[in-house]
Amino acid sequence: MAYQRVAIVGAGITKFVRRAQETGKELAAQASKMALDSCGMTMKDIESVSLGTAPDAFDGVHMKGEYLADGAGATRKPFMRSFVGGGSGVYAIIHGWYHVASGHFDTCLVVAEEKMSSTMPHPQAAFNTIYDQFTERPLGVNLLWIFALEMNRYMQVHKIPLETIAQVSVKNKLNGLDHPCHQEGITPGPHLTVKDVLESEVMVWPVYRLMVSPVSDGAAALVLASERVAKRMTDKPVWIEGVGWHLDTSYWTNRDLYYPRYVEYAARMAYRMAGITDPRKEIHVVEPYDPFAYKELHHLEGLLLADKGEAPRLLEKGVFNRDGELPSCPSGGLLGVGNPISAAGTMKVAEIFWQLRGEAGARQVARPVKRGLAQAWGDLMQVGTVVVLGR
Amino acid sequence: MKPENARGVPLKDEDLKTGKVLTTEWRVKADYAWDCGIAIGRYLDGLKEGKIMATRCRRCRRTVVPPRVFCEWCFKPMDEWVEVRDTGRVNTFSVSFYSWDMTPLEKPEVPAIVEIDGCSPGVGFMHLLGEVGDNLEEILRRVKVGMKVRAVWKPADQRTGAITDILYFKPEEE
Repeated sequence: MAYQRVAIVGAGITKFVRRAQETGKELAAQASKMALDSCGMTMKDIESVSLGTAPDAFDGVHMKGEYLADGAGATRKPFMRSFVGGGSGVYAIIHGWYHVASGHFDTCLVVAEEKMSSTMPHPQAAFNTIYDQFTERPLGVNLLWIFALEMNRYMQVHKIPLETIAQVSVKNKLNGLDHPCHQEGITPGPHLTVKDVLESEVMVWPVYRLMVSPVSDGAAALVLASERVAKRMTDKPVWIEGVGWHLDTSYWTNRDLYYPRYVEYAARMAYRMAGITDPRKEIHVVEPYDPFAYKELHHLEGLLLADKGEAPRLLEKGVFNRDGELPSCPSGGLLGVGNPISAAGTMKVAEIFWQLRGEAGARQVARPVKRGLAQAWGDLMQVGTVVVLGR
Repeated sequence: MKPENARGVPLKDEDLKTGKVLTTEWRVKADYAWDCGIAIGRYLDGLKEGKIMATRCRRCRRTVVPPRVFCEWCFKPMDEWVEVRDTGRVNTFSVSFYSWDMTPLEKPEVPAIVEIDGCSPGVGFMHLLGEVGDNLEEILRRVKVGMKVRAVWKPADQRTGAITDILYFKPEEE
């Protein structure tokens, strides 16, 4: 296809916190500034802005994209906001990729921001509006129901023990302790065990408290550049080799939740573009979306990095540890770093960027890595967004 | 610039309560009344009469609830209506200890997806299970994926044409 190659040349992030003193705009500005500083650019060098942020209801600000635009450096610039619920953090990068790949621009700043603390005391009521207003909301739903239903279906189909799912929480929460931006308090301590997870409160069985990512405020940003610009700026560009996205039906009770087919289709699209035929050999480090512990395993299967039902067994063998064959969520993920919705997805892409450049510090995986993948997910068990990065 | 230098000032709940950090509060007033549309309108009419109505796509050979007037697979009109049974099988279930606003519940609720008899395989809707126990151990002992269930309806004179005209689904002898 005739498009410009696109590289990520800079990344920025704020601390992830339960409640930030900064406004959404201020958080967006902090992450954007850090991304620009990290590659020696200023806002003058930025030709376009792609913003990802989840429902306006969290901030209580309608047209949140336009509200945040100033903080994302988009004043008097071509600007677009994209939104697919939890999938937005990776969707925004795909969107940014288009901006540059199309040849319209040589640079694009991708910014993702979320401030979930503004809804008091908890964003639950805003979350509940994802359910169908006629046939579901009158039942007295809460957000955890849908995850608990999907998790139980996944466990039942593959006979997965709760202990194995709890092991995901342990892995990611301990990984998160090494991330300088991790949300304080979401990992109970450095000696967290499977037993601790299963002794935490049952919220909506089979979901235990320590299997759920927290409510967070935070922002993350990336600088994208065309090949021509990237090569002038850095000798360590990280290329966007593949992008993929896919949406399934909102009639979520009409399909089998045990397998995220839409993630598979998104992954296949990204692999095809990247020329990947055997993802298990060609992907070296992965950041699948983990808002709930089971989701990481579910998504690894959708990404074709494990057979259906095989991810739990690979986890038990240590394959997904930082020193394993296919390190998964070395950042700590949403369970270990925090979950400011769209910013969490962008954080995952930033993690793969740092891993491929060998700049992940204490989080750097043991094996050599040339290619990595980040994935996000969202809506009514509906959307998969994938990027493949390579160096 | 590295994540070690990331900014962001964490606040505690006390910071807001004690006024250390100022807040501005706003309460949203947003009431909605949704027109139920053609397909869901007829579905709710059916529930009022104690019937579960589904639509069928002849081309895809698929019978679905909740009903819809177009097939999202082939995009042909779905104008064939069929009454399906008020029995089905549990596709998956959970046990909720929290209400819609995250207030702890005294008695847990049991949300489930019920595959409805008469619909295509795997097609169902979300509802609650009832008469399955009051605590987690008992519920997990009595509820199994694949078990047969039957709708328990509100008395006819109390039905309003809402999904809650079905109170819950209860276990049914095989």
